[in-house]
Amino acid sequence: MQTITPTLPLAELKPGEHARLIDISGGKGIACRLSSLGFTPGVDIEMTQNYGYGPLVVTVRGTRIALGRREARNTMVQRDLE
Amino acid sequence: MDCHTSTAGKTAVPVTEKTVTIALAGQPNMGKSTLFNLLTGLNQHVGNWPGKTIEHREGYFEHNAIHYCLVDLPGTYSLSANSPEEVIAREYILRERPDMVVAVVSAANLERSLYLVSELICLPAPLVVALNMMDVAEQEGLHLEADVLQAALGVPVIPMTATRAAGIRELLQEVERGLKGERHLVPHLPEIRCDHREALEEVVGYIEGHVPPPYPTDWAAMKLLEGDAEMTQRIRAGLPADCWEAAHGVLEKHEDAYLAIASGRYDWIGRMIRAAVTHPRIGQISLTDRLDRWATHPILGLFILAGILGLVFWLTFTLGAPMQEWLVASIVAPLGAAAAGLLAGAPAWVNGMVVDGIIGGVGSVLTFLPIMAIFFASFGLLEDVGYMARAAYVMDNIMHLMGLHGKSFLPLFLGFGCNVPSVMGTRVIESAPARLLTILVAPLVPCTARMAVVAFMAPAFFGAQATLVSWGLILLSMIVLVGLGTLLNRVIFKGERSAFIMEMPLYHLPNARTIGILVWQRSLSFVKKAGTIILAMSVGIWVLSVLPGGSLETSILARLGQIVAPVGKWMGMDWRLTVALLTSFLAKENSIATLGVLFGGGENVGLAQTLADAYSPAAALSFLTVSLLFIPCAATVAVIRQETGSWRWTLVNIALLLVISVAIGAAVYALASGIGL
Repeated sequence: MQTITPTLPLAELKPGEHARLIDISGGKGIACRLSSLGFTPGVDIEMTQNYGYGPLVVTVRGTRIALGRREARNTMVQRDLE
Repeated sequence: MDCHTSTAGKTAVPVTEKTVTIALAGQPNMGKSTLFNLLTGLNQHVGNWPGKTIEHREGYFEHNAIHYCLVDLPGTYSLSANSPEEVIAREYILRERPDMVVAVVSAANLERSLYLVSELICLPAPLVVALNMMDVAEQEGLHLEADVLQAALGVPVIPMTATRAAGIRELLQEVERGLKGERHLVPHLPEIRCDHREALEEVVGYIEGHVPPPYPTDWAAMKLLEGDAEMTQRIRAGLPADCWEAAHGVLEKHEDAYLAIASGRYDWIGRMIRAAVTHPRIGQISLTDRLDRWATHPILGLFILAGILGLVFWLTFTLGAPMQEWLVASIVAPLGAAAAGLLAGAPAWVNGMVVDGIIGGVGSVLTFLPIMAIFFASFGLLEDVGYMARAAYVMDNIMHLMGLHGKSFLPLFLGFGCNVPSVMGTRVIESAPARLLTILVAPLVPCTARMAVVAFMAPAFFGAQATLVSWGLILLSMIVLVGLGTLLNRVIFKGERSAFIMEMPLYHLPNARTIGILVWQRSLSFVKKAGTIILAMSVGIWVLSVLPGGSLETSILARLGQIVAPVGKWMGMDWRLTVALLTSFLAKENSIATLGVLFGGGENVGLAQTLADAYSPAAALSFLTVSLLFIPCAATVAVIRQETGSWRWTLVNIALLLVISVAIGAAVYALASGIGL
């Protein structure tokens, strides 16, 4: 059975949750920078630290990357359901 | 910059025809600097890339009778035009054609670090991959087979651990083999994802034959598809209008091609890694995770940062201040006396200039070297273990008040040591407006020299409350800094914001060599400044302080002080304190030396007490406040000009700080006298 999983901003993931990257908005410059850091469509993102405000830390391709909340709001992901 | 031409006149190293140029490329946090320092030691030349405020380091060494020139390319994640550093790195490889490019990658973080290799491998320069941090990979339980990776990449791969100097000989052997043409590997290039392959071929077709040298056509086409603004401009300039129209049409249709390209590279990396890495299940919580639970906590993290800052200050002043006093008492003072004796026969002005101007000015500035060296070492240590990224992270919220983000905190922190490297350190900030704003507020960070003035005067005036007053003054500076930043952001920068994207490196053991060289270079550049700009200013101020009559009381400087004395009065300061403040422009701690001269004390131990008898605590508080907030010292002004590239912004900065310091000084004086101090 396949459930349709809605897309949500990366900023809404809780620590420990995994999701797949769908899209980065907020300007091509940022999307381009993030893509070279490994944020390509479909990549697995793990939320490492998120206190609900301020910056957060995600793990992508084995690297911890800090993102501003605004950048994390502009990044759309799809939660992994298992 | 080319080794062969640029170094000929500048360095003592003989550059012969046999000199081999190697470019060292790598992403940040891969141990590139460690490898660079290991190979070249102190035989380095640090400057700027031509026309840019980006650090350019090259170093020299000899191995097996071959002279090497090692060029340290800026640490970048890719070779797109995301930042000037990336453009510099690729332009260097394409234009200067180094004999070899060594790409430093981390075995512990292979996936991300091979991204740069996926770009380097497409450039027409022989490539060797230095697979660094094998020890960290081992600790994390990763098992890598370098020869399998080598076969997969089609590029020599040398496993190594630069922090332990392991694998260096093998790396140099491989470089030599490559130079002799004994390597016959065929690199396996990454490909664009198949849905954009046709588009790439079309673009190649349109631009073929019109690509200016030295850019390879395929590479240029790829950069066009990536939407690389810099390359687009270059190609367009050389392209007939109809070809551009056609190519542009394709590019517009494939606006998101950069994602396909990045994905293609990561697919390629995935294939390389699947071959070479046996990835065990990672079950254990790593040291980094455990430390970060505290260090990056939004509230706890701030307390930890404050604690570390306090510790650094305490260490700096507990160790550094006695060393400084020792330098003053046993080197500068005897040197002055000896010079005075030697020059007894010389004209009085020569004597005065050497003893009071040069030794008094430059000498007293140089005595701050131990304090700064300790501060730089602490900073280097925190940076090297990976803590500074955490500091930037927890400061992000506060920096946002000014429209800045966490990264701006790093240069500001450095400013507690000295504002000069602080202003230069703003180079880590990607966005130009954010960088300018950081530079404008950077002089408000109280440097060690200003703290020394506070430490000198506060005990005499405030007794047991001296520490409290000192911390209060630092806090006031910080509040003014945030206030000014917030205001400037609203008014000049219209609330512009830049993206916060920063790697959080794994914590690791510090490398003494890396920190040592950092301290050495920062200290060296400080000494160089002392020998040039501070020397010139010292003599200049000294001239103003003796002309025309020969004594300070009747000098131009004193007259200047009397002219601005009415302004000083608002702050409860007489002309002597005002002149002291003016001379602090040369070097912040000069105000003490000036007061020493004005009160006839010279090296008198009781100067602080003399001052306490002459002025009210309110006046002292106001004087210290203004000292902390006053216009930046001459050396800082010089680097602000250098880093902003604009006299206008430099003057704006000075004017702003002048107004702020006078206004707040007056307010503090009114308030303090109001409560009866």
